[in-house]
Amino acid sequence: MTAPAIELKGISKAFGPVQANKDISIRVMPGTIHGIIGENGAGKSTLMSILYGFYKADAGEVFISGQKTEIPDSQAAIAAGIGMVFQHFKLVENFTVLENIILGAEDGGLLKPSLSKARKTLLELEKEYDLKVDPDAVIEQIGVGMQQRVEILKALYRQANILTLDEPTGVLTPAEADQLFRILGRLKEEGKTIILITHKLREIMDITDTVSVMRRGEMTATVKTAETSPEELAELMVGRKVLLRVDKEPATPGDVVLDVKNLKVVDDQGVERLRGIDLQVRAGEILGIAGVAGNGQSELLEVLGGYEDATGTVTLNGAPIDLTGKYSDGRSRRDRGIAHVPEDRQREGLIMDFAAWENTAFGYHRDAAYTSGLLSNNAAIKADTAEKMERFDVRPPHPHLAAKNFSGGNQQKIVLAREIERNPDLLLIGQPTRGVDIGAIEFIHQQIVALRDQGKAILLVSVELEEILGLADRVAVMFDGQIMGERLTTETDEKELGLLMAGITDTDKPHTIAEIEANLAQAHGNPHKEI
Amino acid sequence: MDFLALFDLSVLDSTVRLTTPLLLACLAGLFSERAGIFDIGLEGKMLFAAFFSAAVAAMTGSVWLGLLAGIAASMALSGIHGLASITFRGNQLISGVAINFLAAGMTVLIAQDWFQQGGRTPSLIGGGRFEPITLPFANALNGVPFFGPIYAELISGHSILVYVSLLAVPGTWWLLFRTRFGLRLRAVGENPAAVDTAGVSVMGLRFVAVGICGILCGIAGAYLATGLQAGFVKDMTAGRGFIALAALIFAKWRPWHALWATLLFGYLQAIALRPDIIEGALGFRVQVQLLDALPYILTVVILAGFVGKAIPPRAGGEPYVKER
Repeated sequence: MTAPAIELKGISKAFGPVQANKDISIRVMPGTIHGIIGENGAGKSTLMSILYGFYKADAGEVFISGQKTEIPDSQAAIAAGIGMVFQHFKLVENFTVLENIILGAEDGGLLKPSLSKARKTLLELEKEYDLKVDPDAVIEQIGVGMQQRVEILKALYRQANILTLDEPTGVLTPAEADQLFRILGRLKEEGKTIILITHKLREIMDITDTVSVMRRGEMTATVKTAETSPEELAELMVGRKVLLRVDKEPATPGDVVLDVKNLKVVDDQGVERLRGIDLQVRAGEILGIAGVAGNGQSELLEVLGGYEDATGTVTLNGAPIDLTGKYSDGRSRRDRGIAHVPEDRQREGLIMDFAAWENTAFGYHRDAAYTSGLLSNNAAIKADTAEKMERFDVRPPHPHLAAKNFSGGNQQKIVLAREIERNPDLLLIGQPTRGVDIGAIEFIHQQIVALRDQGKAILLVSVELEEILGLADRVAVMFDGQIMGERLTTETDEKELGLLMAGITDTDKPHTIAEIEANLAQAHGNPHKEI
Repeated sequence: MDFLALFDLSVLDSTVRLTTPLLLACLAGLFSERAGIFDIGLEGKMLFAAFFSAAVAAMTGSVWLGLLAGIAASMALSGIHGLASITFRGNQLISGVAINFLAAGMTVLIAQDWFQQGGRTPSLIGGGRFEPITLPFANALNGVPFFGPIYAELISGHSILVYVSLLAVPGTWWLLFRTRFGLRLRAVGENPAAVDTAGVSVMGLRFVAVGICGILCGIAGAYLATGLQAGFVKDMTAGRGFIALAALIFAKWRPWHALWATLLFGYLQAIALRPDIIEGALGFRVQVQLLDALPYILTVVILAGFVGKAIPPRAGGEPYVKER
């Protein structure tokens, strides 16, 4: 019997009182793709950091091809044949592809021989694994898909036999993700061992051979992918049965609430981030904005939320709202009945060091119920917060706890409670479930649908296509500051939306991946930086 | 009016001499900032080096020992800066400011204690100074029209440190863009995480960069006290460290551009010494104070961003904290 390519035995790691990894054991056989799935904070990333020598485990052993191996630093990990493709790429943006590949793996003190050797090796690797890159392109000028291939090539150039990828599809369009999976399949055929870390069940089901599930720092199960189902995996991740599908009736849209015409935004560098957006959201419907991150979705939310100036016309219930000047701020927006759940809850939605009750008052602190004369009525705010926390099932339900002490899902519930409970006409909501655990996702989706069913208009921005398809009634796809097309979610699929996300509008014709990538690389926004 | 007089050989000659400390300090800053460590302590390091080189040269009579002492003193301050900003991940600007204050105070204090001459060192004589070097054939070629005097007066006849500083430009360029060390150094200033995950020590690289910065500042300071002048006087760097920083931004962190930028500043300093020539060229008298202020005015203009967008190394000023 062959030894496992990699075996971890009893790995434990604590950060202060938090047990990030608890007695983790795992065996990955050579030439297989092993998935590790778990919610945010389940300890997946910590485990991989230990494997790559970033952290030292408190206890446990690592075996590579049957040999006990110490990994005190990244150099040791590389020497042991471990390659890592991080979620946030570790590339030098103004270096060429070739320079990035040789960095740290140069032969000798002079660059020239290293570069020409790397160029030759790169050609061989390209042929062997179908990994196409332009060796002389500068990283900041190529698309995310190619950047990711550079990361994979970096690992292969260092002769990695075990390749670990952390949430590799987060920034890719569906077509690019498919291409990545073809490459991974090819690597597997060539005998490489691949560890894929993700929170996306579909990816696990599509390409892994075996899958391990992590929950709260523990490895709860390892199963053969062929013998499990998404539902079972979700249950193992969360610890209870969860509904993966959003349960909702067809929408019954009413009058137009939000009407946006020819909206344009130019950023500080003079780059047009929004290039003439037209869209409408009706009462009782959810309009989803899909797109690769960095294509103008954030700016759209910022303009509508009142913290970015723009030109064009926007009306709410038929009356125009100011896009510049004194009455274009967040307060004026709230007065008009626009509530906003920002994309980055930790930076824009909450002040992490402030207590839940203080965060609940933000933006609404002038509300009559929250004040008594010139002073704020803290007792009233706290009572209101406690009530909201109960209704939104925030755990633990303590108004005095600082925002940073809640999990991602519970932080999001605090923001949602603050905004939804104001009974707005229009809810702007960005990345509602980013970094939120599956259990909380279900709840948050239910709340959004319930608001829709009360006849409110909802503008939903999400980079998760699955979320848009499940939650929204209509979807508009943004690319490079423009809307490439609108579809009813019941009449479209990931493939069509994926092409629109790459700026390709004739979606009924076949398109090559090269064409898609060329289009993406042209876009003004470099999506990678936005994440 | 005589515009050509603005480029009189004597003006150009002092331009070369006044450029030298600026150029060395600018290249020093280039190494440090390319590695992601901002260094506003160039001024302090130069001052420290100026004092110790003059003091040791005065005591031993050997300018070479003086130079070594200057480099050592500057590197000691570099070590403090490295410790504060690399090892302990402190604020690089605050550490730099502290070094400037430390150097300004300590030099005068120690000078008074050692020499009792009001915070200065004794004047350096003979072997205590870097003497001008006459390049081969300088005298023979002096008779050749045009090129002869340029060679004999402008190119020949400077101290060895002037030539060292000029050679440091291609040297820096080669090191940065043609060697493994340079690739890693530039990478660590742009994205230290990329260097770290490639299995190379971020701290090690940054310390080496800060060390090179110390050596170059040391030479710059030593040149001030033992080449340009004959001894140390209080605050003799006179803002040159800050002018070098402005030149570095002007040069967009590139070695050859650094040479041109510091030559410009050096020229402004040189012309400020010759109000007579300016009066001749412009036809009216310009206040000496205004001329003295020119390099600093240019500095303000450059820092205010009137010379196009300068993109500093992306990880500059940020201590590296290992995280995923």
